[in-house]
Amino acid sequence: MPPKPHLFLLGALLVAFGVQHYSDSFNPYYLDVLTGIGINIILAVSLNLVNGYTGQFSLGHAGFMSVGAYLSAAVTLYFAPRWFGENGGTALQEGGLFLMALIAGGLSAAFAGLLVGVPSLRLKGDYLALVTLGFGEIIRVTFQNVEALGGALGLNGIPPYTTIFWVLAFVAVTIFVVTCIVKSTYGRGFLATRDDEIASEAVGLNTTRYKIVAFVIGAFFAGIAGGLYGHFKLTITPTGFDFTKSIEIVVMVILGGMGNTLGVILAAILLTLLPEVLRPIAEYRMVLYSFLLIVLMLARPQGLFNFKLGKSKA
Amino acid sequence: MSEFLQQLLNGLSLGAIYALIALGYTMVYGVLRFINFAHSDVFMVGAFIGYYLGKLVPEHTVWGGLGVLAAAMIGCALLGMTIERLAYRPLRSAPTLNVLITAIGVSLLLEYTGQVFFGAAPRNFPEIFPKQNFNLGSVIVTSNQLIVIAVSIVLMIALQLIVYRTKIGTAMRAVSLNPKAAILMGVNNDVVISFTFGLGSALAAAGGILYALNYPSIDPLMGVMPGLKAFVAAILGGIGNIPGAALGGLILGTVETFVSGSQFSTYKDAIAFAILIIILLFRPAGLLGKFTVEKV
Repeated sequence: MPPKPHLFLLGALLVAFGVQHYSDSFNPYYLDVLTGIGINIILAVSLNLVNGYTGQFSLGHAGFMSVGAYLSAAVTLYFAPRWFGENGGTALQEGGLFLMALIAGGLSAAFAGLLVGVPSLRLKGDYLALVTLGFGEIIRVTFQNVEALGGALGLNGIPPYTTIFWVLAFVAVTIFVVTCIVKSTYGRGFLATRDDEIASEAVGLNTTRYKIVAFVIGAFFAGIAGGLYGHFKLTITPTGFDFTKSIEIVVMVILGGMGNTLGVILAAILLTLLPEVLRPIAEYRMVLYSFLLIVLMLARPQGLFNFKLGKSKA
Repeated sequence: MSEFLQQLLNGLSLGAIYALIALGYTMVYGVLRFINFAHSDVFMVGAFIGYYLGKLVPEHTVWGGLGVLAAAMIGCALLGMTIERLAYRPLRSAPTLNVLITAIGVSLLLEYTGQVFFGAAPRNFPEIFPKQNFNLGSVIVTSNQLIVIAVSIVLMIALQLIVYRTKIGTAMRAVSLNPKAAILMGVNNDVVISFTFGLGSALAAAGGILYALNYPSIDPLMGVMPGLKAFVAAILGGIGNIPGAALGGLILGTVETFVSGSQFSTYKDAIAFAILIIILLFRPAGLLGKFTVEKV
C-alpha cells in the first residue's frame, strides 16, 4: 500500500475522471471487461475485510450484493421518471441520483449484514460459512417472491447509470476505506480477533463487536457493488446472486491470499479475465477454469499472490 | 386426514433420499472435518450412470433396476475414491479453508465436465423399475416410493453393520474420534479415508438414482439443491453422527413436502436454510450430536 493513502485516493479519483473523459476512444468490450473487474475488486476487497482480516468465513456475500442491487435499482426506477421525465436528466442530475441510489443500496445491505451478523457471528468456521450461505439463499428466495421487485423474472429496464468513472471511483474508495481501517489502531482489533480470539478476549477486546463491524462494512460495499452491477447489466434476477456467486468471490479472496489486499485485487483481475481469455474454447472454458482452481489450490495453498514467507499461518 | 397421510408419505420418500446423501456428508465430515462440496455432484454422476445403463437393460424389471443401481454405486465409489486420492489427499495437512475451496473446484469441474459430456439440457430418466400404483384407502402409494423407502432402509442397515460390526468400520470410528491416536494404534488413515469416500459416494449414487426415479428430469446441475439440503439434514441430525443424518433427512424431507403443499410453496427452497439457521443458533451440535466445549 502507498504510504499516503489520502494521496492514493485523490490520485485514483483523478485517474477515474481521466479514463471517463477518454472512454469514448476505448474499445467498448475492454470497457465492459474493466467494469466487471472493478465490480469484482470491490466485492473481493470488501469480503477480504471479513474473511481475510477478521478471520470469519462468510459465504453470503452475493446475498448482500443482491440487496444492494435491488434497492438501488428500485430507487433509480422510482425516482428517475418522476424527476427527469421522458428525456432523462443532465449528467450531473443522473449522477447525483445514482450516487444516492448506490448509498441507499449500500446502507440497506449493511443493515441486512447487521441482521445476519448479530445472531450468526456467535458461530465459528464451517458453521458460520453455512449460516451465511443459508441467509444468502433465503435473501434470494425472498426476492423471488416479492412481486413488486419483479419476482422470479427480476427487475428490467434499469437505467444505464454505471459508467467507468463510478466503478473506478468506488474501487478506490473501497480499497482506501479497507486499508485505512485495517491500518488504524481500531483495525488492529480485527487482526487480533483473527489471530487468536481467546487471547483477544483475555486482553479486553470485544471480539463480537469487531466481527459485526467487519461484517457490516463488508456488506455495505457488497451492496455498492450490487448497485453498480445492476446499473451495468440493466437487468437483475434473483438467480444471478445465488451461492455460486458468493463462492466466486471467496475464491478470489483465497487465491489472493487471505488478508492481503494487493493479492486479492490481483486475483480479482485474474479471475475476471480468465473466463474472457478462455472464451475462444467456449464450452471447455469453465472446465478449464475449475481445473485451474484445483491445481492452484494444490500448488499454492497459501494463495497465488502471497509472497510473505514465514509470516503466513498455513 | 388422507391428504396429510399422502403428504407424509411423499415427504418420507423424499426424506429417505436426503438421508442417503446426508450420510456421505456426515461420514466425510467425521473423518476429515470438512464439507465435501463435490458430494452433490457425485450424486449427479450417479444419476447419469443410471441413465446410460438404464437404456441397456430392459425397462420395468426388478433385476434390471437393481443391477443399474449396483453398477452406479460401484462407479461412484470409484469416482469418490479417485477424487479423494487426487484432490484432497495432497492437502491433508493444509488449512480446512483450502480443502474447502478445492472441494468447490472439484464440484465445479464435475458440473462443467458434465455439461460438456451430457449437455446442459435436461434428459428423461428411464423407468428402470416396474411401475404400479397401490390404493390404500384414499392414499396412493407408488411403487417408486416403496422402492425408495425399501432401498434406503436396506442401505442404512448395511451401513450401520459396516460401521459397527466390521474392522474397517471400527477404524473409521477411531479416525473420526482422534486421527493421531488412530495412527499410533496402527490404523492406516489413508485407507480408511479412501474407504469412507467410497462408501459415501456409493450412497450418493443410490440417492441419485432414487431421486431420478421420482423426479425423472436429470441435468448436470441437478445435484446442487438436493446436495445443499442434504447437508442441512446432516447438520440438523448432528454432523458426524450417522443415525442423526438419517433422522435429519427424514425431518427435512417431510417439512419441505408439507411446505410445498401449503400456500407458502414458493418458499420451499428457503425452509431448509431457515431450519439450518435455527438449529445452528439454538443447538449447534444438532439433534443427536454431542456438544463439545472448546478447550484453551
